[in-house]
Amino acid sequence: MLKVDNIDVFYGNIHALKDVSLEVNEGEIVTLIGANGAGKSTLLKTLSGLLKPKKGVVLYQSQQIGGKPAQAIVKNGISHVPEGRRVFSTMSVEENLELGAYLRNDREGIKKDMANVYELFPILGERRKQPSGTLSGGEQQMLAMGRALMAKPKLLLLDEPSMGLAPLIVKKIFEIIKMVNEQGTTVLLVEQNANMALSIANRAYVIETGKIVLSGTAKELQESEQVKAAYLGGL
Amino acid sequence: MEWIQQLVNGISLGSIYALIALGYTMVYGIIKLINFAHGDVFMLGAFIGFYAIARWEIGFFPALIIAMALCAIIGVVIERVAYKRLRNATRIAALITAIGVSLLIENVVIYFRGASPEAYPEVLPETSINILGVNISSISILILAVTIVLMILLQFIVHKTKIGKAMRAVSLDPDAARLMGINVDNTISATFAIGSALAGAAGVIFGVYYTRIEPLMGVLPGLKAFIAAVFGGIGSIPGAMVGGLSLGVVETVVSALGFSLWRDAAAFVILILILILKPSGIFGKNTREKV
Ligand SMILES: Nc1ncnc2c1ncn2[C@@H]1O[C@H](COP(=O)(O)OP(=O)(O)OP(=O)(O)O)[C@@H](O)[C@H]1O
Ligand SMILES: [Mg+2]
Repeated sequence: MLKVDNIDVFYGNIHALKDVSLEVNEGEIVTLIGANGAGKSTLLKTLSGLLKPKKGVVLYQSQQIGGKPAQAIVKNGISHVPEGRRVFSTMSVEENLELGAYLRNDREGIKKDMANVYELFPILGERRKQPSGTLSGGEQQMLAMGRALMAKPKLLLLDEPSMGLAPLIVKKIFEIIKMVNEQGTTVLLVEQNANMALSIANRAYVIETGKIVLSGTAKELQESEQVKAAYLGGL
Repeated sequence: MEWIQQLVNGISLGSIYALIALGYTMVYGIIKLINFAHGDVFMLGAFIGFYAIARWEIGFFPALIIAMALCAIIGVVIERVAYKRLRNATRIAALITAIGVSLLIENVVIYFRGASPEAYPEVLPETSINILGVNISSISILILAVTIVLMILLQFIVHKTKIGKAMRAVSLDPDAARLMGINVDNTISATFAIGSALAGAAGVIFGVYYTRIEPLMGVLPGLKAFIAAVFGGIGSIPGAMVGGLSLGVVETVVSALGFSLWRDAAAFVILILILILKPSGIFGKNTREKV
């Protein structure tokens, strides 16, 4: 479904991604784990069109999408839930969800999908008229995910959904990621919480200072000494 | 009863400030630029309305609509030609460019038609209506009515339409807006179009109410509308409305109390006070997003 081939991404002079290749197959949950500053968010931003690769190709459903504007990529079925949620704070929960469906014109379908989001996250339904900036961190994460789902993505990019959340909420969020995946959405999940991520993923990549250093099935990585030492420490 | 009369005058003046202030605040909200050429778009609106009424002999409302439409186009052209390439430049570079655009517009107008003032044709019947023993001119009532209609329309666009929601989203978080599929460039252009159309309307209203227009007429009202926007809380639409109306009323009251020489100073005193006491303005946002 998604094939990233040898991309290089820069911020001015800073070489943030070095010759990165990665693949996501339809129906999978693939996770990308790595420490702070490794380049995880940079990769997702490149996939969703916020950054342009200097070199290399990004193939999505056999189409080159690397360097295309973000709106073209959303239209093609890739939705990105950014790091730190980035909900539109003064707008209501409902307006945030409506913006998620910005490129759609099927009123009925949008209504139905909004009802589905409220079913998936009942708390959002209770807070639908509330400014999203007043939600708790976990609720904002749910809203950011619901907003992305409103675009009816085929591929969902999630950037550290567990960041700053209590273990119980993290567990819930991960259950929902699994559920969304089972309903047919392919997921690329970026995490520092390697344990949780590997527990729901099919396959995984490890990134260090802009380079992919390891890849394999989630099980292989869970058992790898290298991963245990660096990312599953203390367990 | 004379003070009611003064209040009406203040509201009429304040309506003009408010309409201009809306453009300042919307543009600032979306690209954090103080568009110093905005007062000149107001002047262009006044002249377009003047030529439409005097030369083409059309009525007030068609002239108003033509002025708004042309000013919307002018606003978009200014944004695309002068400001767009400066999106990632420093604030000071953008600010200097805005001042440059302002001087350019003023001088182009002077080049083509000279600096002499023009007397606005009488396009509306000058009658006055007696309400509770107070004579209120029909023009004042019309100005207020047009302003109210435009503000309701603006609120509707910003809160209920897709483009309005996109405008709010881009002003809150441009990258997150991109991820929704919003075309940020087009959304910024739409903001300039709407803000400039309101300035154009203010120009025509100004001409009809004060009957004298000239190429530098945008400078002082532009500056005062900017102060009104800061007073209301720059970036806030209700703030610009309330700020503009308050400033108009304050200025009129200052004149009515016999300090007419201090009229212009009142705005600057307000600016200084607001910057000292509450820099975010009355409707200023202090909310921070949760991370
Ligand atoms: N806007 C930017 N300008 C310059 N350098 C940047 C920018 N954003 C990120 N970087 C640099 O690029 C590298 C990769 O950053 P990135 O945000 O992708 O890391 P990350 O893996 O997502 O980290 P975290 O887990 O902290 O979110 C870092 O060295 C970072 O300092
Ligand atoms: Mg990151």
